[in-house]
This record gives sequence, C-alpha cells and structure tokens, in this order.
Amino acid sequence: MAELLSMSGIDKAFAGVSALSGASLEIAPGEVHALIGQNGAGKSTLIKILTGVYRRDGGVVTFGGKDSVINSPREAQAAGIATIYQELNLVPLRSVTENVMMGYEPKRLGVFINWREAHRRTREILARFGIDIDVRAPLGSYSTAIQQLVAIARAVSLDARLVIMDEPTSSLDASEVEVLFGVVKGLREAGVSVLYVSHFLDELFEICDRVTTMRDGRTVDCRDIAGSTKLELIAAMLGRDADDIEQAGMTEFSGGTAGADLGEVLLTAENVTTGPRLTDFDMTLHRGEIIGLGGLLGAGRTEAARAIFGVDRLTGGRINVKGEASGLETPSAAIEAGFGYLTEDRKAEGIIPDMSVRENLTLALLPKLTKNGQIDRARERELVAHYIKALGIKTANMEQPIRELSGGNQQKVLLARWLAIDPDVLILDEPTRGVDVGAKREIQAIIRDSVAKGVGVILISSEFEEIVEGADRIIVLNEGRIVTELTNPGITEDALVRALAHTEGQAA
Amino acid sequence: MLDTDAFDLRKYLSQNPQSVAVWVALVALILFGVLRYENFGGAYNFTSFLNYNSMFIIISVGMCFVIMTGGIDLSVGSVAAFTSVVAAYLSPYGLEVALPIAVLAGAAFGAINAFCIIVMRIPPFIATLATMLGAKGGALVISGAETISVDWGSNFTRMGMETALNILPWSIVLVGAVIVVLWFVLEKTTLGRTVLAIGGGADASVLMGLKVNRATAFVYLLSGACAGLAGVILASGFGAGQPLEGIGWELSAIASVVVGGTLLTGGMGSVTATVAGALLLGLVFNILNFENGRGTISFSAYWQMVIRGGFLFAVILFQARVTSGRAARKAQT
Repeated sequence: MAELLSMSGIDKAFAGVSALSGASLEIAPGEVHALIGQNGAGKSTLIKILTGVYRRDGGVVTFGGKDSVINSPREAQAAGIATIYQELNLVPLRSVTENVMMGYEPKRLGVFINWREAHRRTREILARFGIDIDVRAPLGSYSTAIQQLVAIARAVSLDARLVIMDEPTSSLDASEVEVLFGVVKGLREAGVSVLYVSHFLDELFEICDRVTTMRDGRTVDCRDIAGSTKLELIAAMLGRDADDIEQAGMTEFSGGTAGADLGEVLLTAENVTTGPRLTDFDMTLHRGEIIGLGGLLGAGRTEAARAIFGVDRLTGGRINVKGEASGLETPSAAIEAGFGYLTEDRKAEGIIPDMSVRENLTLALLPKLTKNGQIDRARERELVAHYIKALGIKTANMEQPIRELSGGNQQKVLLARWLAIDPDVLILDEPTRGVDVGAKREIQAIIRDSVAKGVGVILISSEFEEIVEGADRIIVLNEGRIVTELTNPGITEDALVRALAHTEGQAA
Repeated sequence: MLDTDAFDLRKYLSQNPQSVAVWVALVALILFGVLRYENFGGAYNFTSFLNYNSMFIIISVGMCFVIMTGGIDLSVGSVAAFTSVVAAYLSPYGLEVALPIAVLAGAAFGAINAFCIIVMRIPPFIATLATMLGAKGGALVISGAETISVDWGSNFTRMGMETALNILPWSIVLVGAVIVVLWFVLEKTTLGRTVLAIGGGADASVLMGLKVNRATAFVYLLSGACAGLAGVILASGFGAGQPLEGIGWELSAIASVVVGGTLLTGGMGSVTATVAGALLLGLVFNILNFENGRGTISFSAYWQMVIRGGFLFAVILFQARVTSGRAARKAQT
C-alpha cells in the first residue's frame, strides 16, 4: 500500500545544535502509528516540521503522494493534518465552543458566526466523546482531562487524513483513556491515519499497528507492534540490550524498606481538611522515607500536597513540622522550613520559560545565595554547574532558555531547584509525567539518592509501578479521604489496583 | 458573550461578572445626578456630554481591541492630535474629503505600529511609545505648534455642531454606528474571536491555525483609525486642529477599557462594557461640574482628578470582589 506520509532524511538544527539528522517516518493510510523515543530524541521536532511550525533544513516530505509544501500550522490543517500537542494548546479563557470551532465557525451570510449552530455542533462533537458540558462556559473552568478531550475533539472534527496525538493520555484517567481509544479505533476504521506519541508503552500495544523508535535525532527502528515486547521497545529507545534491562527491574526503585529504622519524624498531619476535596487527612513522614499517595485523578492527592506546603489554607486539623505545632501558613514559610514542592503542572507552575536554566534552577535559592544584599554569582554558577553534572541535565550551557530543553530535562532542572535548597521534605507530584523512559529512571535514581541522604519524600504518581516499587508506605485516597494504607515490602501493583477498585466500588 | 438571539440580562451578567461593576456604577451615577441636579437629565446636558465624550468613547473602543489581544496602544492621543490638524487643513475641501483622509492618516500610524510589532517583533509598549512621540512631533511640525482654525464656510463643522434629524449631533451618530459595527465584528466574526484567542494564548492561536498576524494588524490599524476619527471630531467640535491636545488620552482610554472589565492581559473583553467605562469616566467629571455649579462646595480641577482616581479605584475594587466571589461560588458547586 502506498504510504500516506513519508518523511526521509530530515535534518534540523537549532542554533548550530543538531536536533534531527536523517530522521524518517512513514505512515500508511488508516494506520495507527506509534512514535516513541526518549525526551530529546527528536519526536516533537519531527512533528513540528510535519505541521509547519518549524522549517526543515534538509530532507523530503511527501503527504498523500505529493511533495509537501506545508509552511504553517494553518497550511497543515488545510492539507488534512490535525495535531494535538503535548502541552495543551487551547485558549482557557474562551468558551468550549470557540476552542472547538475556532477558525471553522458556521456562518450566516458568509460573515456572521451562527453561534446557535456552533454550540449545537460542538455539543454533537463532544457527545461522541461522551462529554456533556456547558459549551458556553470558558474552557479553563473545566478539568485538565476535559480540556484534553476538547483538544482531541477539535482535531478530530477537522476532517483530517492524519491526526497527530502527542501524549494524549498524560492527563486522562482510565475511563477517559478508554473513550480516547474508542475514538482512535473509530478513526482507523474511517481510514484516517493516527500518529500516536506516548510514553505509556502499554497503550501502544492496545491500539497501535506499527511503532517507529527515535534516538538522538535519528530513526533507529520501525516494526509491527504485534510480536514485539515492551522490553524490546525500551531497549530500542535506550540503545541498550533487552536482557540487561530485565535484570535491573523496570524502575530504579527497589521496593520499600518500611519497618527498618525510621528516622526522626519530619512531619505529622492530623485531620487535615481544606475543603470537600481533602477531608481528615492523616500522615506521618520520617527521615529517609518515601510515602506514596495513591488514588485516581481528583482523589485528593494534589490537594494533600498543597495543604502540607501551605498553598491551601487549612479549614481543620493540624500539621506539625519536626514536632513543632506550627503548621506552614505559606509556601515561603514551607521553603524556609526545608520543604520543596515539585508541582504537577510543569508548564504553568514550575518553569519560567524565558529564563535560563541557571535562573530557573536558583530561583528558590536566591535568599540563601545573597551576600551583603548581592547575589553571589560565582557561588551560583558553581552550584548550577554541579547540578547540571550531577543530574545529567542536557543543555547547551547554563544560560540556555529552559523552554528549549526537553520535558525530562526541564523536570530535572526543577528537581535540582529543590535539591539545591537542601530540603528535609520533598513533595513530588508526578515527577516523571511526560518524561521518557531514560530520564524517568534517572529522576527515580535522583529521588532514591536523596532519600538515602535522609530526605523524606511524599510521592504522587499515576504510574503504579513507580509508586509500588518506590514507596515505603502508600496512603490510598478516594474523594478526598484516606481509604487505606499499604506497607512495603509486600505491595504489588495488583494490591494497589485492588485497593483503588475496592474504594471505587464503595463510592458507587 | 452575547451569542444568543434574544438578549437575556441575567445570563449576560452571570457570564460577564467582570462587567457588572461598571454597569452598576453607571446606573448609580446617573440616578445620583438626576435626583440631585435640576438640569442633569435635560436634553442639553445629554447631548453636550455625549458630544464631548464621543472622542474618548471611540478611542477607548479601539484601545479595547488592542488590549484584548494582550497589546497596548500608547499612541492614540498623539495620533488624534495629529489627525485633528490634518482634518483642519483639509476642512476647506469639505467633510467628505477631510474625514476619510484624517482617518486614513490615523490608520497609517496604526500600520506603523502593526509593522513594528508583527514584523520587527518590537513589544507593543515600546513600538507605540515611539509612534506616540513621532505623531506628537509630527503634529507640531505640520501645524507650526499653533492651533489651526478650520474653514467655517465648508460643511466640515457641521459634524460636531449640527444634529441629525434634529436629535443628536452627527458625531455621536457616527461614533454610535462605528460601535455597533465593531460590536458585530467582535461578537459575530472569526476576526473578532481571533482577537480574543490571541489574548488568551498567542502560541495556542498560531497552532490552532488562526490568522494571528492578520488579526494583530487589524487591531492596531483599527486603533489608529479610531484615533484618527477622534481627531476629526476634535477639530470639528472645537473649530480648530489642536496639536497640543491628546495628552493623557491613552491613559483615559486604558482606564475605560479596564473599568469595563477587559483583562489587561487580553483574552476577555467587551465593546459595550468599554463604552460604559468611557461614559462612567466622563460622568464623574460631569457630576463634579454640576456639584461646583451648586456653589456650596468647589472642587478645583486638581481635586477633580483626585476624586476621579478614587472613584476608578473603588469601581475596580468592587469589580474584583464580584468576580472572585462568583469564581468561589462556582468552585463550590
């Protein structure tokens, strides 16, 4: 069968640094094609060349049998390529309808937008995704998951021949993922091709036909997914041998060691309540311990983290820090007390995109770096250089704007930001989300090393294997309340899933 | 967002909480004025008030579009001064020549702004600051720093001084018509929605395939043209091109836009609420003049400014409370 899309020999460099060299990609009509690779492997760059965001330096692109002359996202859409980008690219202030219909609104007399029809069509499109919401309300008033589905709905509604999905499931829960898969399968049946980029390898086996692997700006592998194993894919991504990885386990964690000598108590929370989404939360965190917070999207995990870090005001209960009764009223008090909080939403709450790696890394540290009212530049550079090396942050130099780094490397910078304050307590909310396999292991290793040095970690992760292998104890939450606590060693993914499923059953 | 066929006030207010304050304040001030001063509600005060404020209203509406994209246009006051001189020079040829050319001159300054911002990638604040100085200098150069009297023999001054159908001055009718058209553009066209989308997320708008550059160019051209029209109204209403006028107009316009609930960062805004904001600002002065007219208290022009500032502050504070109150209630349900 003739390929719908063929990209070959694609080169691209940014400011002299090569991002792609001879990358290639081929997608057949009606195929769901996976694209995998570590962060920085060049997947996003390749997609952005395909969609006209970037211009290629060299290589050939043919789409639908013709040489492609796509130079802007608009031309890509006109050619039949719809894209859902990894970072949500919609306009939260505007209504759902506008976000779905923007640029393609139904018109009266060719000029005036027919809002009634626009709302109706939007409702219809969303209904196919099982979403029933007020389409006139601002998109930003809905959850990230809904926003993600709206982005997908927009792309699908554009009658595309190729739909590109970059990490579409990273903010969806299990049932929403099912809805998405239904849509993907529907597209395939309608003869539409899907390019599916994901770090969740399990998903690929469920819905993809072929998988292309990229590493260091090159295409290294393309195979049918049937007959492949997860291990083979990881090996191809990392450029390592499959057997080696099997022996070393799937994560860098080695299971918990609860019951061993627990260190000093860093933090106790009693009956902490901040509202309907967090009620009567209790926990005790010791030095050198990882406590996992388990639960589904919206179970209250992030709320617990925010309460402990002093972001949300307590409406009930107490938090004691190192035995002192004073809770942390503000984030700056929390930082003062040796707390670090790596937030879930890297783009909105973590990085400052236009600032350099150096500036992003030392933001929380500036008070400590100040000498006689001036920032000690030499000390700052020394520190930054240390962390870039220690965490293996891939950056041209420390003055590079952080927005130019891959997601995994951005996350490492944020992690370094908190490590640099020499914390006693680290709250990590989805530390490896949107991060490729290699960087994921590196980040896990960094967390493990910190714990060994006596840091207490509160770990929130939607990836069961990470939390099961990583945490000493897992506090399972549902609808803002603690439902059970599991203790390692002995926790299995099955046990965690059972705990979640059990509580879901109770709630229903 | 007025996107229904029937106008429903409750729905409008619940969807535009940020605009509630300006309407409440406007109604309250009008009631206060009507009850307290004898001639406040009279036809003379009504038309002269609108006549004088039509310049500020049209500039504010142009500014509103710029601010909705997340930009700013500081050049409007200087451009209005410049075009008032242009219009005065052209007044012997009649309104049909002077008006379009002066508006085009204003749009030309807008085109310079758009070029600097879109092609040269200069931040709007800097680009329009430069145009502000340039237009101000230009106005002084072409006028020799003197007011240029208009030709009273032509039909030029009819616009500001004669009424349409014996009801409203032509300038008000014209400004009203422009506002209606712009309201349609914002609420009913892709261009208007693109303006809002840019302010809500410029990168996202590009990736959604919207014509971002075209819409950005449009708002600066529009703002320049609105300033050009304000210059014509200035010249015809006062009988002279005034190169020294326009100082601080950009700030009044920004204040009107903000009081109307438009976000300074863009992405949200309303033409009608901006008009209300401009009216509100003018009304504070109007009422202070009436108060002085009663003779019991006398506010100097300086005190009037202080009072206006205080009033603005109160409205914005109220607006913030209304908005956050609603957000909190919404979050609980």
